[in-house]
Amino acid sequence: MIRIPLRPLARILSAREKGENPDTIERENIRLRHITMQDKARNRAEGRLLVLGVFFVVAFGVVGGRMGLMATSEAVEPLASATGATIAAQRADIVDRNGRILATNFETFSLYAQPPVMIDPIAAAEGLARILPDLDKERLIKDFTGKRKFLWVKRKLSPEQKQAVHELGDPGLMFGPREMRLYPNGRLAAHIMGGASFGKEGVNAAEVIGVAGVEKQFDGYLRDPANGDAPLELSLDLTVQAASERVLYGGMKLMNAKGATSILMDVHTGEVISVVSLPDFDPNDRPRPPIEGEDPSESPLFNRAVQGVYELGSTFKIFTAAQAMDLGLVNANTMVNTRRPLRQSGHEIGEFRNKSYGPELSVSMVIQKSSNVGTARLAQMIGIERQKQFFGELGLLERTGFEIVEAQGGRPLIPRNWGVLEMMTISFGHGMSATPMHLAAGYAAIANGGRYVSPTILKQTGAQYGPRVMSEDSAAAARSMLRRVVTHGTASFGEVPGYAVGGKTGTADKPKPRGGYYKDRVIATFASMFPAHDPKYVLIVTLDEPSENSGSKPRRTAGWTAVPVAAEMIGRIAPLLGLRPGVEPVQMAGITLTSN
Amino acid sequence: MTEMVYGAVPLGAGEPILPKWWRTLDKLSMSCVLVLFVIGLLLGLAASPPLAARNGFEPFHYVQRQAMFGGLAIAAMLLTSMMSPTLVRRLAVLGFLASFIALGFLPMFGTDFGKGAVRWYSLGFASVQPSEFLKPGFMVVAAWMLSASQQINGPPGKTWSFLLCAVIVMMLVLQPDFGQACLVLFGWGVMYFVAGAPMILLVAMAGLVVFGGTLAYSNSEHFARRIDGFLSAEVDPTTQLGYASNAIREGGLFGVGVGEGQVKWSLPDAHTDFIVAVAAEEYGLVLVLIIIALYTLIVVRSLFRLMRERDPFIRLAGTGLVSMFGVQAMINMGVAVRLLPAKGMTLPFVSYGGSSLIAGGIAVGMLLALTRTRPQGEIGDFLRGQGR
Repeated sequence: MIRIPLRPLARILSAREKGENPDTIERENIRLRHITMQDKARNRAEGRLLVLGVFFVVAFGVVGGRMGLMATSEAVEPLASATGATIAAQRADIVDRNGRILATNFETFSLYAQPPVMIDPIAAAEGLARILPDLDKERLIKDFTGKRKFLWVKRKLSPEQKQAVHELGDPGLMFGPREMRLYPNGRLAAHIMGGASFGKEGVNAAEVIGVAGVEKQFDGYLRDPANGDAPLELSLDLTVQAASERVLYGGMKLMNAKGATSILMDVHTGEVISVVSLPDFDPNDRPRPPIEGEDPSESPLFNRAVQGVYELGSTFKIFTAAQAMDLGLVNANTMVNTRRPLRQSGHEIGEFRNKSYGPELSVSMVIQKSSNVGTARLAQMIGIERQKQFFGELGLLERTGFEIVEAQGGRPLIPRNWGVLEMMTISFGHGMSATPMHLAAGYAAIANGGRYVSPTILKQTGAQYGPRVMSEDSAAAARSMLRRVVTHGTASFGEVPGYAVGGKTGTADKPKPRGGYYKDRVIATFASMFPAHDPKYVLIVTLDEPSENSGSKPRRTAGWTAVPVAAEMIGRIAPLLGLRPGVEPVQMAGITLTSN
Repeated sequence: MTEMVYGAVPLGAGEPILPKWWRTLDKLSMSCVLVLFVIGLLLGLAASPPLAARNGFEPFHYVQRQAMFGGLAIAAMLLTSMMSPTLVRRLAVLGFLASFIALGFLPMFGTDFGKGAVRWYSLGFASVQPSEFLKPGFMVVAAWMLSASQQINGPPGKTWSFLLCAVIVMMLVLQPDFGQACLVLFGWGVMYFVAGAPMILLVAMAGLVVFGGTLAYSNSEHFARRIDGFLSAEVDPTTQLGYASNAIREGGLFGVGVGEGQVKWSLPDAHTDFIVAVAAEEYGLVLVLIIIALYTLIVVRSLFRLMRERDPFIRLAGTGLVSMFGVQAMINMGVAVRLLPAKGMTLPFVSYGGSSLIAGGIAVGMLLALTRTRPQGEIGDFLRGQGR
């Protein structure tokens, strides 16, 4: 690099020698450097100013061009629209297993008001109060004449109401299109449907969001616009559901129960064909949720089938018997000590109404007669750990995987300390609580030959077996015991000719909220399967506080209350399910068939 | 000193001020400014009666005030344009100091007129917005510093002016007044660019902006939604922007007719920020294009004259003043046509507003003073054999 000296030293030195003033040389040098620098800066600035000028011309040109484009485009009526995210309104339908509509969408209008553009607010308010009687006239007048610029008047209008409001002719009353969720079957399967309400609301559309049931559980799927044409297919059968509700409602009234629930489940696929919880509600017009201080389980919104956690009583006995047989500890004819009382940890285990079933009974008879002591003896043979494990395999210790949001609340109540006494009481269904849905899943495992199936509300295409919980033979033996309960035992009212019902009754005293048990309030349950020799379906019927009053004193046991209701229900729905009545091979007493 | 260095011929000592002013003035730019002012009055006649009605004045109250302030502004402009560049610089520096101090005391003595940002001093009959006066003053001061740094052994003017700019931007942001802050920053940036910012710095800054924007767009959902909302063709018609674009559509080529417009009744800022919408609705695209053409003409012509200017200070100060003037007009109109996000900014000389008018008059006056024709010492080039 060649350095140019700041001071032209050579010239200064020679000037000094000649006796000239070196300052002029230096000043001249600085001046030249300055001029060069300024020239350079000016040339650069010239270029950059040109760039700047071009930038301004282009920018103003763009503004002018855009202005021209806008001015020449057609002026449109201002339409309100939300910027950015639009509200997705199209919600997928929900259909039953045969494609019949359970929930769909309906075009309607909501009414809103813009008081500043109203011509005659008083007349508009009076007209509205006349057309929509549920509106308060004074309040409307106050709103319309006040400072508000915008208010919703009514969320949903019928077409007639809309026309009537339209005829009021006030420009300040406007309609926003709405897509509303409609349940054309009204109360049918109300607890499964749940209901929907409006989420984000705009003038042009409102978001429909599920608030309960499958509507909430599958909200994401239903709202996904990609699924608009693919309805959500449930396992329910609308016809069977309707028949079940009819029968259960009649049974609940006849038995003076304050609530009832029934579950019909396919034992191979786990599909729930019908599920009823009474009292119910209309999902088109959901009642308010229970307020603080009210018992939520008394609300019609309460789904007894999946939320109601009850001691299900003797229905559990078959699990104990099946396990004992599966473990090879007993067979159906093994005699079991049923001498009472059985003392354990300072408590006495007795029989229902202090009956006595003699010193010993066969396992089959223990189930048939529903002996608490006999079942407790079986449990003693099984032991705590194995009992716990078996109940776990049957899904009785966890929430069911049933796909409605309310099932989250159905967590079984298990004793914190699972000791010997607890083991015995649990063996006959006391001291632990589960939902009827748990019971249905447990019975389905016995019915389908010993494989667990998880109850589901979604339509399945084939058998959905889970892990095996007992052998085919044990399950078959348990089934024949259940059949005997109906033919010879406590569930004799459960016989439906041609459908070979098998099942087990259970009557449990209701616990008091503050500990102890009521003497005169029971949960009566009948857990059944049909046809018993090759079960297709499991039916659970539970009545809350039933009382059959035809006799001299009220009868509350399941055999008198839940069983007849279940039998009536099976008689009605089995043909609907396509089951043909069969002829059961029975020994006809006193008749000898002879040939020749 | 300047004349000595450039070898410029001193101006004729005996020439009277007014003839010399008239001879050397950029008469075209000044005419454009006057036309703009007249257009502003014309639009004020249309746009401000609704405001007057709202505030309980007689219909043309604001037009009268606009005319009064406009008269003051034109007087200030004429007076300033007669000054020599040195006098302009001196007065501007003093004005800058005064308005800088005034800006500093705003939080204590200022008022916000219920608009949320403390920007004004209330003088009873009128209000003063110091930042309007600060802008042209700062342009001159920064140009002075930048040009001084181009001298041999000059002060580090680039750094000083940048620090000063940062302080002012901070003060404006704290008010908050992002629009003015952007203007000041932009004005300084343009001057720095013309004063010879290194190319690599410019490229790096452009790259950084693009990179940062992309990063923010892909990572911040909020930011992305803002941009999408701005870019989307749909606009909520109940916002000011919605009314403005609808008014432009309604107006079409020749407008709906004088006094027939509707937008002025719905827009609270029809007489200031959205005056272009009123113009477009009542007079149509024609008038808007005329307005745009006037601004373009002023800016481009001034820049062209500054290209020939040899004095670095005059070149830089003029560039800063004219870019700020042009950009302010551009932002105002860009918002109305939805090219830019909403930002409150007045249209110079057209919008209503006392401070803005007078400060604009002073700024344009300074610009006219700086763009006056003066000997550039071309003879020296010929003497050095570099003439063109």
